[in-house]
Amino acid sequence: MRVALVKTLVELATTDPRIMLLTGDLGYTVLEPFAEKFPERFLNVGVAEQNMVGIATGLAEAGYIPFLYSIVTFASLRPYEFIRNGPILHQLPVRIAGIGGGFEYGHAGPTHHGLEDVGVMRVQPGITLVAPADHQQARTAIQATWDMPGPVYYRLGKDDRTTIPELEGRFELGRVQTLCEGEDIVIVAMGPLAGEALTAAKTLAQQGIGCTVVVVACLNPAPVADLVNILSRFRVALTVEAHYIVGGVGSLVSEVVAESGIRCRVVRCGVRTTPDGVGGSQRYLQGMHGLSSEALVRTAIQALEKVVS
Amino acid sequence: MATQISWSFEIRRIILEQSKRAHVGHIGSALSIADIVAALYSDQTSTFDPGNDDRDRLVLSKGHAVLAIYAALFLKGWITEDQLNTYCGDESLLGVHPEHLLRGIDFSTGSLGQGLSLGVGAALAARLQQSSRRVFVVASDAECNEGSLWEAVMFAAHHQLANLIAIIDLNGQQALGYTQDVLNLSPMADRWRAFGWDVHDVDGHDVAAMQATIANLDTTTGAPHVLIAHTVFGKGVSYMENQIKWHYWPMSDDEYQQAIAEIGVRS
Repeated sequence: MRVALVKTLVELATTDPRIMLLTGDLGYTVLEPFAEKFPERFLNVGVAEQNMVGIATGLAEAGYIPFLYSIVTFASLRPYEFIRNGPILHQLPVRIAGIGGGFEYGHAGPTHHGLEDVGVMRVQPGITLVAPADHQQARTAIQATWDMPGPVYYRLGKDDRTTIPELEGRFELGRVQTLCEGEDIVIVAMGPLAGEALTAAKTLAQQGIGCTVVVVACLNPAPVADLVNILSRFRVALTVEAHYIVGGVGSLVSEVVAESGIRCRVVRCGVRTTPDGVGGSQRYLQGMHGLSSEALVRTAIQALEKVVS
Repeated sequence: MATQISWSFEIRRIILEQSKRAHVGHIGSALSIADIVAALYSDQTSTFDPGNDDRDRLVLSKGHAVLAIYAALFLKGWITEDQLNTYCGDESLLGVHPEHLLRGIDFSTGSLGQGLSLGVGAALAARLQQSSRRVFVVASDAECNEGSLWEAVMFAAHHQLANLIAIIDLNGQQALGYTQDVLNLSPMADRWRAFGWDVHDVDGHDVAAMQATIANLDTTTGAPHVLIAHTVFGKGVSYMENQIKWHYWPMSDDEYQQAIAEIGVRS
């Protein structure tokens, strides 16, 4: 999604001189297409994410649309108060792109795992929050949101090759996207794990369990109406996210169920434990936390059995 | 000169009147920058006119002293007396910290250590837009405790933001003690100089001198500028000067009467 971001920005910046790209000294071999084409609108602020957000706020007040680039944790957590008091409080069009949600920087260790960015951004009503499932959806989402008057946070993956064919790059503000439909259980997925959810759905189908899979790529504004509509048709919902179970899409779905009075059991699949120092690849760490397609199948069957019993 | 003295007096009078009426503190911090604000707003070369998109920008990074700014906005005619009298009232945009939705306030501030970054962005924008507007940031000395401020200091110097003018209200005092006891910041001027800024030590209560210094700055090329403004916390009211208590404390009736009497004779 990094390439999708920069490619889209280059296209947009060609016709809109307000667009700038700022980085906190990250993005080697990724940002060059923009930097080379628009050197006067590209800025490496150094390893200083708080200052980057403050600068962006000052630029946006003067009419620019600054895009900020860093790894998820540095883009969201380090400058969080600057984001709150800057672009959110002033309602200015600063775009924050956090790269590598969940365990995408698996081997880099827990300081680089983005497990709470969606939660901290989602509590701020004044920021649009987008977490695409693949690079095609990232591109559509950026095209749909870059010109909004207020701030936007993008949780973007590193992967620019894997696609979820059933998604076809669809994105709509405040809506969910349906990937497949079945009658027995619904899986609500956020981010690239939608691919694991789809694989799980296919396995479940082979066992005679019909599964609907939907993607939530826009968490703020939350797709409340769509979720009410979908969840009301099921007795069990699985939420799937490379994020702590508090604050992300699992929390969102639980809130929707609670507030709307839908009779649907929500099982949250996400990260429940604090870091234990064990490193590994993204796939390994996702498996450790029950987020592989195999684990999702087991969790879905267990959840259905509980409801039936 | 008469006009400048009048500005300082009027700002102090409004600070005292409004803080007494609203029964709130931060009086000492506001009095500390009264003359800095007088220098900025009474200077014919600076324009913060909210009706002008290409106005100079002001970031009050030490947002808790905003009452001095409200006074200036009123004296400039950008807010009415009725608005001024809503200070700290319900449904008022005039709170203890600046709110950008108020006419004349460019940026909401209050969390220390953030304002200089906003100023850097504003100065960078002015350069990119080939505007001659300047960006002023008024920060406190204690605020230099915040590491984020030095991120902005480094950036501004590296990018030679000559249109950025920081003014450090060096009153030597912070919320719970004197800066030299809490976290020693001296020598302040040397620190900024070492980071590559154009440094000017000034008397933060000499309005004419500050205006002359600002007028002589090259804001087109070269290093960003900082005025290390030596000030007295609570300046003008004898029992407030250099007293920690007046960082937070509101005045009693007697204290108010004495303060009003003193600013008329001591300024």
